[in-house]
Amino acid sequence: MLGWGVDRLRADMSRLLAILFHQGVLDEQFLQLQQLQDESSPNFVSEVVNIYFHESEKLFTKSQGPTCKTDGYCDCRLDREFSDYKKMGIHLNQFMGSSSSIGANRVRNVCVAFRAASEQNNRAGCLRALELLEHEYCYLKNKLHELFQMEQQRVLAAGARYPLQQQQQQQH
Amino acid sequence: MAITGESHSQFHVLAVDDSIIDRKLIERLLKTSSYQVTAVDSGSKALKFLGLHEEDDHSNPDRVPSVSPNDHQEVEVNLIITGYCMPGMTGYDLLKKVKESSSLRNIPVVIMSSENVPARITRCLEEGAEEFFLKPVRLADLNRLKPHMMKTKIKNEKLGDQEKLEKPEIQSEQQQQPPSQPQTESQPQPQPQQSPLLQQPNNNKRKTMEEGLSPDRTRRRYNGGITTMV
Repeated sequence: MLGWGVDRLRADMSRLLAILFHQGVLDEQFLQLQQLQDESSPNFVSEVVNIYFHESEKLFTKSQGPTCKTDGYCDCRLDREFSDYKKMGIHLNQFMGSSSSIGANRVRNVCVAFRAASEQNNRAGCLRALELLEHEYCYLKNKLHELFQMEQQRVLAAGARYPLQQQQQQQH
Repeated sequence: MAITGESHSQFHVLAVDDSIIDRKLIERLLKTSSYQVTAVDSGSKALKFLGLHEEDDHSNPDRVPSVSPNDHQEVEVNLIITGYCMPGMTGYDLLKKVKESSSLRNIPVVIMSSENVPARITRCLEEGAEEFFLKPVRLADLNRLKPHMMKTKIKNEKLGDQEKLEKPEIQSEQQQQPPSQPQTESQPQPQPQQSPLLQQPNNNKRKTMEEGLSPDRTRRRYNGGITTMV
């Protein structure tokens, strides 16, 4: 029964990843991250992604503004005042770069749109882009959180099944 | 993923990027390719590590350097790979400082950038950068690094032989391996053996700089113009 759990978790993870790739939420750079994960660095992907979320939180303000509408794990608010375009621009560029580096394709694309709007001083366009950004970011965060939870469960289940081989099971 | 690049553990790469994510990534990429890595988050820290302070090479006599300009035994660096857009000192500034330094100018420098700006690329190559990688950098890109590192190491060791006759470095002779060998089997597209300048026909997004640039131009900076086309 535990064995069935491991296989099912693995299938669920594959399905979730396939959906995310199909939706364009993730791109091939995420695959590159997975390729870099091995016995010597068994948690590489989750480490990088957690750094990404941690760093990205700087972009969001905790003060006013509505919370993002996606339910679940995420709790972020974007600063709709953005009176300081330049500072926002710097943060956006960093965010765009790191999103690209982890394969967060849709988030990165919205950053590009935001940059274009801010370069044109298109405030309405900026607002719209920020809304989209919140949505995409939260969706990504929720899905990746789900993925890593499944991975943790899979590792635990595999360990319970083959306690001596748990080291090997951590391989992707 | 079994990497058998044991010879690479002799190569030490200094990675510079203000983005913690990109730093972690490049560190992992380099370690996977069996290079030693030191990662710093700014150009000024990079220069400090290299033994060069922000004033000139030859200025302050009161300064006690931890590494003297003529002796890099402790912190030998075989390649510098740096981001471009960094606060304070940009990658381009760092490149310039390295190439202006008599002690450091032989270290190959590679620039990484998330923006594909031809003028920027040209400017970096003209200033002496060996390569310009578009971010995100991939494992396959790192195959281009080895020829640059080997060339410098061989040259340094030949200079070492001339200066210090009592300390032969025999291993350097055995490092003459064919270049551009794929380091891993997990790459989606295994590379044929070819010159590092002619690369990856599948990936035209990445190596925009190669169009219209002759090999001589990228080699311009090497002293004596001994261009061993590998």
